Amino acid sequence: MSVLLVLEESGGKIKRASWEALVAASKLGPAQDVSAVVIGAQTEALAAEAAAKPVGKVVRVEHPLLALYTADGFSIALHQLIQNQSSTKWVVFPHTYQVRDYAPALACRMGQVLIGDVTGIEDGPIFTRQLLQGRLNGSYRHSGNGPCFVSVQAGAFRPDSNIDALDANPGAGPAPIEVFAPMLEAAQIRTKPSEPFRESAQAVDLGSAQRIVSVGRGIKGAENLPLIEALAGALGAELAASRPICDNGWLPMERQVGSSGQTVAPKLYLAVGISGAIQHLVGMKGSQCIVAINKDPDAPIFEVADYGIVGDLFDVVPALTEAVKAAKQ
Amino acid sequence: MKIVVAIKQVPDRDAPVRIAANAKWIEERELQWAMNEPDAYALEEALQLKEKHGGEVIVLSAGPERVGSTIREALAKGADRAIHIVCDDLGSRDALGVARLLAEAIRPENPDLVLTGLQSEDLGLGQTGVILAELLGLPHATLILHVEKTDAGLKVKRELEEGWFQSIEMPLPAVLTMQSGGNKLRYATLMGIKRAKTKELRAVNAAELGAEAAPVVTLEQIAVPKKQKSTQILGGSAKEAAAALVEKLKTEARVL
Repeated sequence: MSVLLVLEESGGKIKRASWEALVAASKLGPAQDVSAVVIGAQTEALAAEAAAKPVGKVVRVEHPLLALYTADGFSIALHQLIQNQSSTKWVVFPHTYQVRDYAPALACRMGQVLIGDVTGIEDGPIFTRQLLQGRLNGSYRHSGNGPCFVSVQAGAFRPDSNIDALDANPGAGPAPIEVFAPMLEAAQIRTKPSEPFRESAQAVDLGSAQRIVSVGRGIKGAENLPLIEALAGALGAELAASRPICDNGWLPMERQVGSSGQTVAPKLYLAVGISGAIQHLVGMKGSQCIVAINKDPDAPIFEVADYGIVGDLFDVVPALTEAVKAAKQ
Repeated sequence: MKIVVAIKQVPDRDAPVRIAANAKWIEERELQWAMNEPDAYALEEALQLKEKHGGEVIVLSAGPERVGSTIREALAKGADRAIHIVCDDLGSRDALGVARLLAEAIRPENPDLVLTGLQSEDLGLGQTGVILAELLGLPHATLILHVEKTDAGLKVKRELEEGWFQSIEMPLPAVLTMQSGGNKLRYATLMGIKRAKTKELRAVNAAELGAEAAPVVTLEQIAVPKKQKSTQILGGSAKEAAAALVEKLKTEARVL
């Protein structure tokens, strides 16, 4: 077994991002060489779910102290597992907030460096990841001995047919399942996490909006927001924003689209003054029609846009509001 | 509380970038530089903790001479003193290599708390703080929006995905990586800028820290991303482009 794939769950089901990581893992070794790892206090159901996928085997890393995620618990347990599975050449994760919290420490423990947030794997292997908020791509290579740690960006390994194909494990029955019991003591876990919570019921459900006008840093200040509100009004659209706008308190957090906010897929998504960092793109790239207005022709938002206007939003937005109103008459 | 804040100088967000001739990094000459924004939030949190609980805020940054301007900005905002790890080859070190430098500089300070931003705006590795914690043997938490000092140590608010949060209790000393948006960033005052000039800024050569090691992961090449979609760019004046867009949305995309 040369590839360890560490699956992440949410609410007792394996997360979709984990199956995307399986697509990535399949570029590093044949399915029979992939060991899918489930980790927690009770992993039987997760293991059964994983065993139905095209993997060589499933490993249940199980311990009562792994009931709630902690960086210490997961790092110690997975470190022991990797040492135990000495033929491991690759350790693959979905690039989630949780993985970001512990995988760099786990890699460091083994003298390794995580190649994180990978968007492509080419022969070599060469790993592609984004630089400068998506304005450039970098090609990375791992050298030296020891396992190589890789986490893959959500949505990057997701040809839908591939994911569907993963549901079948043709020819054979479910993959064999083994249990690995790590040695863990309560004193080794230095942080005490609470159960996850939500701040308040979300009053704005952007997810069901048909049209969204979303605003980013290009707007420069809260005093300029009426410009965007007028356009949203003319289009009958909900108003949304990228993270910096909400960080500055110009719009409430509940209007934020992106990895830390809401995920939307409206018929029309109009991005105004948003450069298109990946944290934003993951929240909106499923939209049916994407329009970008930005002064920088190289802004990554244009990579996902169907229509673009390169120009100063302070000229373009009022003109567009007028044009929309005129078209309605 | 004695707090070390690790900050990074990165290309200014609005600065146009060009790929250097060797295609291994961007052309740095004539580039504008700024403090990495998540690190600015880490600094803000440190300054607020000091205002509440007393203590000292020490800014730490690695990089060539130009990094001095970002360090002085942090001093002007209220940090007490600074350590500059002078290092001209930061880009050829991997995340572990950079964290080793920072860890060696932090160790003799014995801080109660180490803060840094959750990731940098240039490389975006998002690992330095976590590796630092591992190297220093300290507990850590990432994506932190709020820090509260308790009798036993800290209680922090951690951001999870899709609008969820979690609180985490942990002992001190510890390492936290800060998410943006938890606080409002302050500006340096004129008085602050004046005072910064008299504050201690200690330069240490990377070689003196004795943390050299061959990188495990190397950045071989950079390139402009290939487009995923063919975007129709609508040209002309603002008015012409707007009219063309409305027409397209009506007749082609049929979303109006």
